[in-house]
Amino acid sequence: MQASTKPELSVNITTNVTTPAARETSTALPLRMTISKLNFYYGTKQILFDIGMGIADKKVTALIGPSGCGKSTLLRTLNRMHETVGTSRLEGEILLDGQNILAQDVTLLRRRVGMVFQRPNPFPKSIFDNIAYGPKINGYKGSLADIVEKSLRNSALWEEVKDHLHKSAYELSGGQQQRLCIARALAVEPEVLLMDEPCSALDPISTAKIEELMVELKNLTTIAIVTHNMQQAARVSDFTAFLLTGQIIEFSPTPQLFTTPGDPRTEAYITGRFG
Amino acid sequence: MLTMTGVSAVVSVLVLFFILGYLMFNGGTSVNWNFFTKLPKPVGETGGGMANAIVGSAKILLMASCIGVPVGFLGGVYLAEFSGKGVASVVRYAADLLNGVPSIVVGIFAYSVAVLPFKHFSAFAGAFALGVMMIPITLRSTEEFLKGVPRMLREGAMALGASKWRTIATVIVPAAYRGIVTAILLALARVAGETAPLLFTSFGNRFWSQGLSEPTATLPVVIYTYAVAPYEDWHRQAWAAGLVLLGLILVVNILARTILSRGIAIPRS
Repeated sequence: MQASTKPELSVNITTNVTTPAARETSTALPLRMTISKLNFYYGTKQILFDIGMGIADKKVTALIGPSGCGKSTLLRTLNRMHETVGTSRLEGEILLDGQNILAQDVTLLRRRVGMVFQRPNPFPKSIFDNIAYGPKINGYKGSLADIVEKSLRNSALWEEVKDHLHKSAYELSGGQQQRLCIARALAVEPEVLLMDEPCSALDPISTAKIEELMVELKNLTTIAIVTHNMQQAARVSDFTAFLLTGQIIEFSPTPQLFTTPGDPRTEAYITGRFG
Repeated sequence: MLTMTGVSAVVSVLVLFFILGYLMFNGGTSVNWNFFTKLPKPVGETGGGMANAIVGSAKILLMASCIGVPVGFLGGVYLAEFSGKGVASVVRYAADLLNGVPSIVVGIFAYSVAVLPFKHFSAFAGAFALGVMMIPITLRSTEEFLKGVPRMLREGAMALGASKWRTIATVIVPAAYRGIVTAILLALARVAGETAPLLFTSFGNRFWSQGLSEPTATLPVVIYTYAVAPYEDWHRQAWAAGLVLLGLILVVNILARTILSRGIAIPRS
């Protein structure tokens, strides 16, 4: 594995950005999560190499890169979903609000760091019960009806489903199901929402709706999104990290990464020469 | 070739209808109110019924379910969710073997552990034999249905902060619930008609049996006893009992199918 072009990626987002101008725009941003010196292995195979980056609070951070570059794996370490499959090993540090997530109770962590998956995965329950699931298992004491309505409004689905909350979630269209899954994740009021290629199974109109939603959701939560769609990253994100073979090649404010990439490999990727 | 396949298909259906028709013809006339409410009459007297055998069968099946369903279900959960590959393949293989053990052998087993030590036949011993027979069916189908639940549902629940147990109890089992219940009902229907394991465990009884520790009449054993007896009237009663038994199994099957078609199904992807 070749040495990273930026071997000393520190936890501070400001040192990762490449130009003075970009540094100025981001110095003031508080970070919700910081990842430092992260190495990750499935069995004996190393997937991620010395990852360091920050996830800025109330912003959208996108992870892009060709298939198999480790972007989904990186995302899944942020709420320790990687622990649910096979034998894996993680070295390094991931902080959420300054606390190491690896030392925390995993169920509490996942309540704070929600996740939306590649394909909509509503439970075989009613629309209402899907949203109420998270609050229920986390011992929510208030009115479930209120939180269901609030979450559905936040995911821009309320108007479409308010008259049939007790119908099966599977009666919704794919795009609606994905917004339902976003609402389900929002119902536990996560501090960070991870989205793993949330539009890859959806049609363009549903995709546009979800992208619009992501921008709105910045008021509520912090978003980290994996996408193979560069236009999507350019449209919705504030920061973009470009990964290649398990390493971060470049991590910059989105406009900068797409207009004046600091690394020839980034440029090659975003101009479509590979990937 | 087409003719042969067609004929074979028709024959397989005809067998069922032939049995049904034959049972109706021979037993239909003897199925009446008395059959369900009266005790058997002594030889030579006409009339009487099989109330004790019907209740006995119900009692034993209920108890058998209390043994077979929890063990099979929880074992299936363990196999699908917790065990390593090695353990799982051993248990799975053992369960398949147990499923293939002839029912009369299960009867002997129940006889030696639940009859001999107490020195008398009992409803409990019969239920034990049938319960043992229900374990592998329930276990394997629970495992299969749990494994059929898409992984992404599991991840969805865990990503919301559900522990593994919570995920199993609130998402995985409910998602597989209809399949599991159907399998349990089919297992019940399967053992409901078993005669061999009951012959020397619950034995039989011409009268009401009190509690669980007395010999108890059951429909299959009564059919067997009546069918081989040299009395015309008993033969008719045996046919009637056969009809009732088949009817009960049919009801259970229809119930199982109704459950399977109701509620929210996970779409195939």
